[in-house]
Amino acid sequence: METVSALRVKSLYKVYGNRADKAMELLRDGAHQDEKLAGLPVTAAVVDANFEVKRGEIFVVMGLSGSGKSTLIRMLNGLLAPTHGTVEVDGVDITKLKPAALRKLRREKISMVFQHFALQPHRSVLDNAGYALEVAGLPRDERREKALQALRMVGLDGWADKLPQELSGGMRQRVGLARALAAGTDIMLMDEAFSALDPLIRREVQDQLLELQAELGKTIVFITHDLNEAMRLGDRIAVMRAGRIVQIGTAEEILTDPSNDYVAQFVADVDRTRILTASAVMERPLGVVDVNSGPRVAARVLRETQTSAVYITGRDKRFVGTVTADEAAQAVRDGKQNLQEIVSTEYVRTVADDTPVADIFAACAESPAPVAVVDAAGRLAGVIPRVTLLSALGSLSTDISENTATPEPADVTGAAPAANVTAAPEVPVQVNAQAPVRLTGGPA
Amino acid sequence: MNSADGLNDLLPYVRVGDAFQAGVDWSREHLSALFDGIAAAVDSLVEPLASLLTAPPAIVMVLIFAGLGWWLRGWKFGLGTALGLGLVAGMPIWEQTMSTLALVLVSSGLALLLAIPVGIFIAENPRASAVVRPVLDLMQTMPAFVYLIPAIFFFGVGVVPGALATVVFSMPPGVRLTELGLRQVDREVVEAGEAFGASPWKILLRTKLPLALPTIMTGVNQVIMLALSMVVIAGMVGAGGLGEVITTALFRAQVGAGFEGGVAVVILAVVLDRLTDSIGARTAAAKAQRAMQQA
Repeated sequence: METVSALRVKSLYKVYGNRADKAMELLRDGAHQDEKLAGLPVTAAVVDANFEVKRGEIFVVMGLSGSGKSTLIRMLNGLLAPTHGTVEVDGVDITKLKPAALRKLRREKISMVFQHFALQPHRSVLDNAGYALEVAGLPRDERREKALQALRMVGLDGWADKLPQELSGGMRQRVGLARALAAGTDIMLMDEAFSALDPLIRREVQDQLLELQAELGKTIVFITHDLNEAMRLGDRIAVMRAGRIVQIGTAEEILTDPSNDYVAQFVADVDRTRILTASAVMERPLGVVDVNSGPRVAARVLRETQTSAVYITGRDKRFVGTVTADEAAQAVRDGKQNLQEIVSTEYVRTVADDTPVADIFAACAESPAPVAVVDAAGRLAGVIPRVTLLSALGSLSTDISENTATPEPADVTGAAPAANVTAAPEVPVQVNAQAPVRLTGGPA
Repeated sequence: MNSADGLNDLLPYVRVGDAFQAGVDWSREHLSALFDGIAAAVDSLVEPLASLLTAPPAIVMVLIFAGLGWWLRGWKFGLGTALGLGLVAGMPIWEQTMSTLALVLVSSGLALLLAIPVGIFIAENPRASAVVRPVLDLMQTMPAFVYLIPAIFFFGVGVVPGALATVVFSMPPGVRLTELGLRQVDREVVEAGEAFGASPWKILLRTKLPLALPTIMTGVNQVIMLALSMVVIAGMVGAGGLGEVITTALFRAQVGAGFEGGVAVVILAVVLDRLTDSIGARTAAAKAQRAMQQA
């Protein structure tokens, strides 16, 4: 079962208009939409889309309005029939299904959340949440129970008897979400689901979705025109332009390695401090000492690396703490044999490797030595010196045109500028002068 | 013969009237069984209803209508109904008013029975809509009297031709407003039904029709109002009721009797209009609309 993708889309086209067949031929021969199709009365909404969505993943399709993303999502559950190509749901090609079979598939496998909520205004919140179950023919009591359960998940169980109009926009969309959850399908399609909400509410509902997703592990295809939303929600992101998917990758891949100018421009004004994580900006720690070594080893490493503290690791490279030069010297004088006694977790701050860069500033400011980055297993993954963080930010906030002209190293953004300033360490002010830094993290 | 006449001779003589006459004649000859059936059916609806409405004493019926008005719209309207219908009963043309009411209810009922399914059909089929719309225009703009002539041919003089001419005349707004109501239903809500795997039939019954109901009820109201206006004209072909009161007054130049008949029609119209209107306002979709306006 795990071997089959939840969704698989192969060379999918949707061309509107009378001469769709002719246009298809041209498109398949590689005609660029704007050039050869100019004479034909057609609109190519989706051109040669290919992707797979894995189970339990949030796959975001991002593009401006008119880029074909809404058409694309409607072909995933057969609301629109493609002009060409296949859509496989759990290995079944839905483009070949008869209407009744298609309806059955929608009831059992794919639910949907809509931009303007699409609730039935004449029926209660509870009835709306249970709509999919009603369509599926569940008995009334069972239906209401499940619907109430779904409403509880989104925190609206106290509103079951209200009409949708009596709820705020954010609450209405949570009803839309509850309706999709109550359907109990593995796949959820979300079409600009949060775009009609104001920013603060949107943030709230996004958080709620992520919480629910952590618990339920649905396969979600999420459509949005908002890059920040895409970056926040998406395990992987497909960027669409004029009907074509121009890049598919993780948020970080798209940010650090845009496949073309269009993607680069799109990502130019995203708040990268929210997207880049500690692991993207961290560096290799210079001085690492095993906890079972003696203070003399620590003192020697400190001398060699000319740093103020060494990072002490235990079994399996688990991070234990730090020892400063003073502590090491004192231990040598006291004749202590083991670092275990003097290792401390007070001196440097520790952050998880998936912490957004925006949330590292405080730790960095408070920590006299580079912040330690630990992974999920507690191993020391790297360190972030203050200088690295600031210079990484500096490169983040520079104009995108520079970035595309001189491509950044694919692995770590800001590694190059960081290397430059090692000549003058501990002088962040100078770095500040070189590249304007927005410590506030820019528009959130 | 001058030149203008010569030019006019170029125009062919198009025998539209003859063709229509031929059509009517043919139908009368070959479809007489059908027309007899229709006549019997309509008769069997109107007559019992009229006797039912006139069976109790007028004062009892006035109180029943007043109670209905009170229940649906409040005590003010109930009181108004009592006064208005009380006046009708006092004139006294109560029996004629009730037989007109029976005729209106039966003909608008039949009209809606045809109009609503046709409206649903053309809302779902844009091509059918393109064909039906001009027909509706024709039905609405054709002078009402014209319907009476073939009706007499088919059904003779009496209640039936009046009722059927009324059905044809009052149907168009029923069709139009049903179509409009269904088309106005939020496309995304319909799409949500499809996305959750509901059948087209279920979407129609559970989503589209309930949401279109306030508009359809406006159509019902319009149909009844048109039926009432036509029923008076139908008095000319012997449909009885207030139509007869008014046409008789017209031919005998009795100003007072004519005015009485007119007042009774107005009162009946107001009562029917307000009652159907308040039924429309009680639908779930209308309540939802009001909730939205308050929010």
